[in-house]
Amino acid sequence: MGMEIPNLWLAGPELWLAGGAMVLLMIGVFTGESSTRIVTGLSVALLALAAIAIFWFPQTGEAFHGAFIMDPFARVMKILVLIGAGVAIAMSVGFARRENFARFEYPVLIILATLGMLIMVSANDMITLYLGLEMQSLSLYVIAAINRDSLRSTEAGLKYFVLGALSSGMLLYGSSLVYGFTGHTGFEGIAASMSGGVSLGLLFGIVFVLAGLAFKISAVPFHMWTPDVYEGAPTPVTAFFAAAPKVAAMAMLIRVVYGAFEPATLEWQQIITFIAIASMGLGAFAAIGQTNIKRLMAYSSIGHMGFALVGLAAGSQAGVSGVVLYMIIYMAMTLGTFACILAMRRADGMVENISDLSGLSRTNPIMALMLTVLMFSLAGIPPLAGFWAKYFVFLAAIQSGLYVLSVIGVIASVIGAYYYLRIVKIMWFDEPEEGFVPMASELRIVLGLSGLFTLLYVLVAGPMSDIATAAARTFF
Amino acid sequence: MADLPILSIVTFLPLVGALITFLIWEDSEVARRNVRFVALFTTVVTFLVSLGIWYNFDNSQSGFQMVEKVAWIREGDISYHMGVDGISMLFVILTTFLMPFCILASWDSVQNRVREYMIAFLLLETLMIGVFCALDIVLFYVFFEAGLIPMFLIIGVWGGARRVYASMKFFLYTLLGSVLMLLAIMAMYWQAGTTDIPTLMAYKFPAEMQTWLWVAFFASFAVKMPMWPVHTWLPDAHVEAPTAGSVILAGILLKMGGYGFLRFSLPMFPLASAEMQTFVFVLSVIAIVYTSLVALMQEDIKKLIAYSSVAHMGYVTMGIFAANTQGIQGGIFQMLAHGLVSGALFLCVGVVYDRMHTREIAAYGGLVNNMPKYAVAFLIFTMANVGLPGTAGFVGEFLTLLGAFRANTWVALVATLGVILSAAYALWLYRRVVFGTLDKEALKSILDLNTREKWILYPLIVLVIFFGVYPSPVFDVTQASVDALITNYQAAVDGAVQAASK
Repeated sequence: MGMEIPNLWLAGPELWLAGGAMVLLMIGVFTGESSTRIVTGLSVALLALAAIAIFWFPQTGEAFHGAFIMDPFARVMKILVLIGAGVAIAMSVGFARRENFARFEYPVLIILATLGMLIMVSANDMITLYLGLEMQSLSLYVIAAINRDSLRSTEAGLKYFVLGALSSGMLLYGSSLVYGFTGHTGFEGIAASMSGGVSLGLLFGIVFVLAGLAFKISAVPFHMWTPDVYEGAPTPVTAFFAAAPKVAAMAMLIRVVYGAFEPATLEWQQIITFIAIASMGLGAFAAIGQTNIKRLMAYSSIGHMGFALVGLAAGSQAGVSGVVLYMIIYMAMTLGTFACILAMRRADGMVENISDLSGLSRTNPIMALMLTVLMFSLAGIPPLAGFWAKYFVFLAAIQSGLYVLSVIGVIASVIGAYYYLRIVKIMWFDEPEEGFVPMASELRIVLGLSGLFTLLYVLVAGPMSDIATAAARTFF
Repeated sequence: MADLPILSIVTFLPLVGALITFLIWEDSEVARRNVRFVALFTTVVTFLVSLGIWYNFDNSQSGFQMVEKVAWIREGDISYHMGVDGISMLFVILTTFLMPFCILASWDSVQNRVREYMIAFLLLETLMIGVFCALDIVLFYVFFEAGLIPMFLIIGVWGGARRVYASMKFFLYTLLGSVLMLLAIMAMYWQAGTTDIPTLMAYKFPAEMQTWLWVAFFASFAVKMPMWPVHTWLPDAHVEAPTAGSVILAGILLKMGGYGFLRFSLPMFPLASAEMQTFVFVLSVIAIVYTSLVALMQEDIKKLIAYSSVAHMGYVTMGIFAANTQGIQGGIFQMLAHGLVSGALFLCVGVVYDRMHTREIAAYGGLVNNMPKYAVAFLIFTMANVGLPGTAGFVGEFLTLLGAFRANTWVALVATLGVILSAAYALWLYRRVVFGTLDKEALKSILDLNTREKWILYPLIVLVIFFGVYPSPVFDVTQASVDALITNYQAAVDGAVQAASK
């Protein structure tokens, strides 16, 4: 069929990654462990080329009989996912060399997970959605447990797998209910048959689908796996988990609620509002007692997902635009913070307690400065990027009249500010401990870019908001 | 000259200084001296340039002058909009004026991480000037909140023994107040369709909405001001902050609350302000009387001055919400005068603290014997704090009382008690620290003011007396804007009364 060939171009980046992953796997298998460096480098190049291709050749349209969609929203989110994945691979180089972590499977698995995420972002059908989600999840399960000899890493992998499988099951059950009550798996079809009204069975379906998706963005009450996996997995893996998969899952959530469940906005709004409040609250309170910085970042990410969901709960174009902007800024801040966490290395190995940052402003002033900027930004203090992320989601919530949600949200952000301030306090007010070994150059680059983006965000605030608005307009 | 973006230049000049300081990377004795000189030079130049604002200012205009406007963020319609009117202009000058003194006051007392210290102060100066110049409400919020970051570090890194507790409390307290204001700002944007302050001032918000917005703004400004009962962060922050930090806190950061009331609460929510007048009066009077009593019992010099600041800010809120010419003019004058006087008092404390490293009142006594010049300077500032006629402290206090008297006699009556109490605690403090016999061993060898300290204190003495005797330069600037503010306020309140009586 002549029609099929142009359609494949829409899925070009996905095909490129799929092919590339197989070639890299072959290189790895046939040359053995010594190929890790080459495979890692080529993986970053592969992801970068995919991102550049998406950026340079914007396409819109549907493929595979409407199961796969490419639109401005998908374009922004895909570039974001690719950047997150590429940076995560790059940040693992120094760690791999020093921690005996050199495995060529690692970058290949990340590419496969990224492929799954791209499919998720473009999913326009429950089946595509599930396909992409499982592709991503299965790769992530293996990546979480990639440090086979470490008890904590394997425990993290197993925990993630069991809970993840459960959530996939819920999602699947939800989609089957939705299919049963609407007779469609495609999002347009579901939306069309829902416009007459939402039956109870269908409502159950929506709840189950949202529960499954909430698990993937680690929103409360489906967050239990996050702190353990963040803490247990090797740090570069945590850095990866914290960025790209969250972006992809959030993109998928937006697409499902606006693509498929649009007529039931009032129903899912309540669910999202509840999840947002619970996540913001738990993220703020539970992080206070943490001593391990990776665990703290887990609770921080739960909280941030809650804030992003505030924009989604608004159910408006401004809200979606806020969520997109939130994810862009969240990813930049998270990657920078993990570059710092990866640089927490003393002569005798990695450390990951918050107290190990004691007096960092004296031993490593630049790293301390950057991490300070990131912490204030995560706390949402202007003029840093994190403030603008929060500003636009709450702006949307206020527009939709969600006053209670907004007040709870900003109070949670003040409580959350406490633990970010505590890190700043430890770096600046406490007496210095033994310094860290010099940062690897790839971490310096990542931290520098992320820190400068966060610090100087006011200069690019206009264009960034325009990008988010253009992406959000897809749904309205 | 007219096309020069003078407000942006004044606002961001300290930032340039901070960047230059940042580039002085090494940490030697020479480098530290260079850092101090760069900071001093930057603040002095900023002050001189800022005088250009006053020079170009047209006293007869009530609107905003030297306006700059550039589109910034399309989503949310936020622009970079700067300008000053009679209410804000003198606060800009006050800020740029106090900064060189802060740098000088830290010349010898800060030896630890000088570079970071100066960067924090220069950054803070940019943000403070920005607060007073911003004509976009989001831009205002950005400057308003961002100031917390350098102040947090200043208290936390260079502060006293309980600095961590004080800095955390300062930060979280003020943040909690401000986030509610942020939500109110958003609600205003959706209601009025703009974040532009001049447009919002002309917009008439529905009466019911005004009350909510007023409460949200009040939450932020009352904490910042600080008003009783949300003042408790201030004594902690003041006591633990280094001298220059206290000067900035008392001199400028507290004024942001009063400025906020004048810029937002009164002109944008006149109906709510009229409705809440009694509420604010009650809080102000409690602040004046209660915190004066608390100040009487303090053992720590800085804490005493901190509580006296809360009491003095009580006069300001009382005057502002009296909403008549005397009250508002007095409130503005009181803020400017208090900026000079309390700043000077903290500098005086800094002088003896640098020598003795204690702030306990009991550790001093009889300083007049060894430090006659210091005793004179301290006396003048103490008198100004009490509100002695002939000093800057008198004019503001008198006018706010006059304004309050016109609005509510009882309020003025009770508030006048505060004048007596302030004389009690201030004079008692002075007696215990300066008078008496010099019988404490540690104080025997204490030296009088050195040249640097004279340079800090003497200009302030001149100004405190000058504005006490001849306050017109201030009133000339504020007159037109204050009149316009009151006219609009009265029109809105009368309009509501007429509508209700129909």
